[in-house]
Amino acid sequence: MIELENRIDLATEFQAMADHLLDAALAQGATAAELDIDKGTGLSVEVRMGQVDKLQYHRDQGINLTVYFGHRKGFASTGDFSPQALADTLDAACRIARYTSEDEFNGLADADQMASEFPKLDLYHPWELGADQAIDMALQAEAVAREHDKRIVNSEGAGVDSYAGMALYANTHGFMGIRHSTRHSLSCSVVAQDGDSMQRDYWYSVSRVPSLLDSADTVGAEAAQRTVRRLNAHSLSTREAPVLFVPQVARGLIGHLIGAISGSSQYRKASFLLNSLGQQVFPDFVQLREDPFIRQALGSRAYDSEGVASRVRDIVRDGVIEEYFLGSYSARKLGMQTTGSASGASNLLLMDTGLSFVDLLQKMGTGLMVTELIGNGVNSITGDYSRGAVGYWIENGMIVHPVEEVTIASNLKDMFKGIVGIGDDVDERGSIRTGSILIDKMTIAGQ
Amino acid sequence: MKQAIDFARETFLAPAGLGEHHLEQVFSQLLTKDTTLADLYFQSARYEAWGLEEGIIKSGSYSIEQGVGVRSVCGEQTGFAYSGEISLTALLESAKAVRAITRAGRSGAVQTWTVATPSRALYGTDDPLASLSETDKIAFLHEIDRFARATSPHVQQVMANMVAVHEIILIVDESGRMTADVRPLVRTNVSVIVERNGQTESATAGGGGRFNLDFFLNGNKAQEYAEEAVRKALINLDAEAAPAGNMTVVLGNGWPGVLLHEAIGHGLEGDFNRKGTSAFAGRIGEQVAAKGITVVDDGTLDQRRGSLSVDDEGTQTQCTTLIEDGILKGYLFDRQNAALMGTQSTGNGRRQSYAHLPMPRMTNTYMRAGNHAPEDIIASVDKGIYAVNFSGGQVDITSGKFVFSASEAYVIENGKLGKPIKNATLIGNGPDVLTRVSMVGNDLQLDTGIGVCGKDGQSVPVGVGQPTLRVDGLTVGGTAAA
Repeated sequence: MIELENRIDLATEFQAMADHLLDAALAQGATAAELDIDKGTGLSVEVRMGQVDKLQYHRDQGINLTVYFGHRKGFASTGDFSPQALADTLDAACRIARYTSEDEFNGLADADQMASEFPKLDLYHPWELGADQAIDMALQAEAVAREHDKRIVNSEGAGVDSYAGMALYANTHGFMGIRHSTRHSLSCSVVAQDGDSMQRDYWYSVSRVPSLLDSADTVGAEAAQRTVRRLNAHSLSTREAPVLFVPQVARGLIGHLIGAISGSSQYRKASFLLNSLGQQVFPDFVQLREDPFIRQALGSRAYDSEGVASRVRDIVRDGVIEEYFLGSYSARKLGMQTTGSASGASNLLLMDTGLSFVDLLQKMGTGLMVTELIGNGVNSITGDYSRGAVGYWIENGMIVHPVEEVTIASNLKDMFKGIVGIGDDVDERGSIRTGSILIDKMTIAGQ
Repeated sequence: MKQAIDFARETFLAPAGLGEHHLEQVFSQLLTKDTTLADLYFQSARYEAWGLEEGIIKSGSYSIEQGVGVRSVCGEQTGFAYSGEISLTALLESAKAVRAITRAGRSGAVQTWTVATPSRALYGTDDPLASLSETDKIAFLHEIDRFARATSPHVQQVMANMVAVHEIILIVDESGRMTADVRPLVRTNVSVIVERNGQTESATAGGGGRFNLDFFLNGNKAQEYAEEAVRKALINLDAEAAPAGNMTVVLGNGWPGVLLHEAIGHGLEGDFNRKGTSAFAGRIGEQVAAKGITVVDDGTLDQRRGSLSVDDEGTQTQCTTLIEDGILKGYLFDRQNAALMGTQSTGNGRRQSYAHLPMPRMTNTYMRAGNHAPEDIIASVDKGIYAVNFSGGQVDITSGKFVFSASEAYVIENGKLGKPIKNATLIGNGPDVLTRVSMVGNDLQLDTGIGVCGKDGQSVPVGVGQPTLRVDGLTVGGTAAA
């Protein structure tokens, strides 16, 4: 079973360590300090071609310490929890703070912003799992995938991962929070061949709760289907066409939005959505909500990495940007209030427009359905977008052939405005939950 | 002079009171009659970074990462555990967990202990963190800020950071061989944002390698990096939409070698080829590039970012020929994959840290020079693009399709450079892209020391390089009609 041993004692020990370090920081003349202490344990197994490939045991721990001398800041971290290492780490943070500049916007988040309520988020579900059972489950997923189709000729393997961890955050306002969480996953990746065409694809299931993982049979079969249907893909001639992003890649579009309306891009004026609060960035049917309190969800949290209370909020309402993602530093720079986003977004939910995936295909008629993107051709300052794409050419709402070796290009501002439908085929595996997104027009470059 | 092994002994073994008889205990726990290879990887990495933004030193950080990874390999099977604590108890616990990979009984033992000393050290053992005073490090970042702002009134933001890492490693393997390495690594990055008439663009520049921080001061790098970043950003302000479609592409020398890294290098890593999942699997001896093209992976270059005196399995690095005169010659191996394919490690077994397993990785990958003058290559193109800087790339090693994204590129018309064009992704097919190289420049250059390669969630520093190349037919992912 993958579980932190003596979880209660450990919490007590970490609290004492945190108190000691914060006190020691103040004793060294710091005016404020904050830290996190993390510890985790995990097991991962990988099998390949019916045999165990890798068996790995993880044990991680670390302390991150930030000290403030007025408005000067120093940071140090260590993986060694011995008293000597802790003392050295504090000294290092204080040394650093002697050389950093005065910055009036530096400091802890304001005391009145600290979380005081801790809703039960139900994030800790250790798995009663031994290495042998994990291996059996992975073997089963891979066997199902390999038996699925005779064109599946090879395998990248299947894996089972289980991780349990705890994280403490404390600061000299007197705030201290501890969270325990688990994360489990099952994945499978196989290779199919047909003549000269060789393709690889994968599928996975992830959850904080072991019993909510998809079965090995489901993961294996899905991996196989996805791999086989990519065979004999070819490029397209260069053209303009509508593009349908399936949920696994649609998530990335929301990721670009978060980056553009996060505090650091805004105060640096490094965003294609600069000063976009209150601006119509999407069509009026687009609604995006942040909900940090979904039980058992991967992005759930009661407070951010500064101890600031999380809250449910609308990010996009009727296509208009309602709020940014701000930590205390960027909020002060912008003359605003922190939104509890010092550690990024929590769970994000994009509302569908009442269309199923099949409806979206019909609505698109003729165009490119994108299932995978490669490369990093996104300019977050101008919004210019150009990435390698893999997917299917669609005509009359039906798949004609698989596509590879093309790029899709546009500008994210135009892509956001050009959304014409959002599917109800939500992928709930990540902290960004969205269905497929249909965009009216992009440039496809190919042979 | 103090050797790497002396640093390793005093960092790992002495403080934990570990002697050879303790290591013997660990290996007797670890080894079975089926063990192909096993090792302990001790690592201590000290890391310091300073960051300037808005004209002030906004951030400084210091961290120590230390621990030991314990690995046992039986044929294709690997058992691995690691601990941030270096002690006999932790080592024995890890060894016991790892041994579960094999069902065979214990029987192995290390016979003799030897210290392996690489025949040459590619870099010094000095601590780069201590190679400059804090005041000088900070002054250097302020200098970058001043140079950047003095270069153009359109500069809005300057972000500069300086990072120094000092790493000590000790590898003890199943044969009783102990290999140590002390690795310096420094890097400076400059990122600028320029604005003109409401239009904003950005660009980065930088460099580094396995040496001390005084490299940056002595070479007047503050000015060089600042001016280079501002130059690229200003060019992008004038850029027009990139064309879309298949066309002739001339790639500049140096950093555009990221093409080789993505299109060729990853596909030639031994693990993918042993498993048969690479588009290059089973193709040794075949023509995969135009005649005259030779590509190597060279871990032995003095002080380069991608260089290593020994790899993370204690194997001395070498210069491995991947493609010679257009013919596929070899793969890149770590110990496990080499053994499984009946060959020797090429010194490419690398890992991000003690908490990660080693695998075949590139070091410095580059193409040897040809004989065309770069200006002749540009002059030979009627219509195409000239791409000189890239922001990175990615490859699907199974289908062979790769992308890399241009961050500085120009139109070529009638043999002359025209307008700059906006960021565009280039896409191609690894196994045949080099067959379409029709001209190779005489201007081989390596990058400035900024490369990071990611594989299976592990990052390692790498280098790339190439001469100017003409490729007849790459797909350019712009938005404008070609």
